Amino acid sequence: MIYQVNEKGYYGDFGGAFIPEMLYPNVEELRSRYLQIMQEEDFQKEFRQLLKDYVGRPTPLYYAERFSKKYGTKVYLKREDLCHTGAHKVNNTIGQILMAKRLGKSRIIAETGAGQHGVATATVCALMGIECVVYMGEIDIKRQAPNVARMKMLGATVVPATSGSRTLKDATNEAIRDWINNPMNTHYIIGSVVGPHPYPDMVARFQSVVSEEVQKQLQEKEGRENPDYVVACVGGGSNAAGLYYHYLDKEEVGIIAVEAAGEGVLTGKSAATSALGREGIIHGSKTLLMQTEDGQITEPYSISAGLDYPGVGPMHANLFRTGRGEFISVTDEDAMAAGLQLCKLEGIIPAIETAHALAIFETRKFEKDDVVVVNLSGRGDKDLNTYIEHFNL
Amino acid sequence: MNRIKQKLQEDPSKKLLSIYFTAGYPEPEDTVTILQELQESGVDMVEIGLPFSDPLADGPVIQRSSEAALKSGMTTKKLFQQLEGIRKSVDIPLLIMGYFNPILQFGVERFCRQCRESGIDGLIIPDLPLEEYELQYKEIFQKYDLLMIFLITPQTSEERIKEIDSASEGFIYMVSSASVTGGTGGFGDEQKDYFTRVSKMGLKSPLIVGFGIKDNKTFEQATAQTKGAIIGSAFIKHLTENGTGKIPQFLKNIR
Repeated sequence: MIYQVNEKGYYGDFGGAFIPEMLYPNVEELRSRYLQIMQEEDFQKEFRQLLKDYVGRPTPLYYAERFSKKYGTKVYLKREDLCHTGAHKVNNTIGQILMAKRLGKSRIIAETGAGQHGVATATVCALMGIECVVYMGEIDIKRQAPNVARMKMLGATVVPATSGSRTLKDATNEAIRDWINNPMNTHYIIGSVVGPHPYPDMVARFQSVVSEEVQKQLQEKEGRENPDYVVACVGGGSNAAGLYYHYLDKEEVGIIAVEAAGEGVLTGKSAATSALGREGIIHGSKTLLMQTEDGQITEPYSISAGLDYPGVGPMHANLFRTGRGEFISVTDEDAMAAGLQLCKLEGIIPAIETAHALAIFETRKFEKDDVVVVNLSGRGDKDLNTYIEHFNL
Repeated sequence: MNRIKQKLQEDPSKKLLSIYFTAGYPEPEDTVTILQELQESGVDMVEIGLPFSDPLADGPVIQRSSEAALKSGMTTKKLFQQLEGIRKSVDIPLLIMGYFNPILQFGVERFCRQCRESGIDGLIIPDLPLEEYELQYKEIFQKYDLLMIFLITPQTSEERIKEIDSASEGFIYMVSSASVTGGTGGFGDEQKDYFTRVSKMGLKSPLIVGFGIKDNKTFEQATAQTKGAIIGSAFIKHLTENGTGKIPQFLKNIR
């Protein structure tokens, strides 16, 4: 079984490029050139250099001793929270801004939900001196004021998405409409492993630096490249794609994907796409997505703004359908508790998205000698208000 | 013979006027009335819009009409119920224009069969591009004699226009400019050059222009070198302001 994308842009039944003709020239240009550009020596050199000197890579692979002891297994945390801007998102935006430059684009657009990808995009645009427009749902703009301010400080224009449900999916629609209206000079930096081919593959490749490093680091620490399990939270799924990437076809490595159950999978307030979604088309990709019987896309819910996307990347949809990945969903309540626990056990305040991945150890048991790598995808500074409210701190 | 093909061949000198409206808008039960009124007013062809929650190629006017239609309970199933018996009163070509997800959920084959039974002649599915269509769905659409209408834009390469031309059986939907629907800027030299350039390519498929046509002037400009034009957002705007009462007045001013 091959879990990577095929030459038609599909992961099994999922993926493809379901785009209006207006987007075809841009997407086709990217499709026909992305692999070649990424393989060029000077691209690799610049990308690697920036990851090292600007992002602060390699990020540590940290053996969480007290956490491991509590759960009776060996848990390593891949410290993406220590990246510049506070999450793995910047690995992709660095890659895509270099791509945009080589495609001769002078203007960048992006969508953002909680604002993390917006900040990571605004950051690299400032770094390169390129115009940046970020679409953000009107409701999210109110909920995430500090990140809106960050983007503005970094020189980006933040445009409220006022259509539909005025959250992430609508911000993505608005970004796509902008791209239709500006086909010549603009590159769209998608923030996750979603969207039409080649985006899911390109973003996964930029994020694959995560598992590339884990292989080396684990070799040093455990004398082997392969852990027994890799665990990551999944909204669209970019941090997960990064951690799984070099292990996809190594079936001896278990893949665990953790989705947001919100208030509970069956409460109607959830973002557990694998449990609640059916095959459909969202933002140019065939994947699993939450929708009505009539095929209208519904609004997901999670306490974590980074996980409330109604779809999931096609790579992950395929991991779910083939059974290659084990999908677990975690409620708001359990995620918050797991986040607070990591603070106390390890002195690390995780993003609430990440806390979902940490919560599975309460119910999913591992062997004593199992080596489990969790992607600590982001830090919790952005979530302080939610932590404060939730725990009356 | 398929009604679209027939209409395209009927009178070589006639410029066709096609109208788009969102099914179930402004009121849920307006679909049939609008179709009858449009035929009555001499419209040559109609595109019935299947509302979708995330219409990413549409501007605000069509977005809002879709939202309103969905809010008042419009569904694919309901549309087919409304279209039952439509061929007793309406005989101009009818197309359904909709995004692919609702069609996929309805079941592609079931959708096509229902289209056939309702007397639908063709489909415009903006987010089902040529490649994906040919990869998985072509045979189903053809089995039910539904013409698949593809779009081209000012950025579409000559090579791709030729590909689309040879895959098309009806007309080519020529998007007037790089924009979502509802652009109101009128047509400048850039559009005229584009109309000229494509019309001189010697394509087998007639060209019908859409996006940005709102009145007699834009209709004349769009059809100077093409077979016809499609009005969408401007008609929706008219419906929003006037309901279904004054459709003939709107159309009187176009051609």
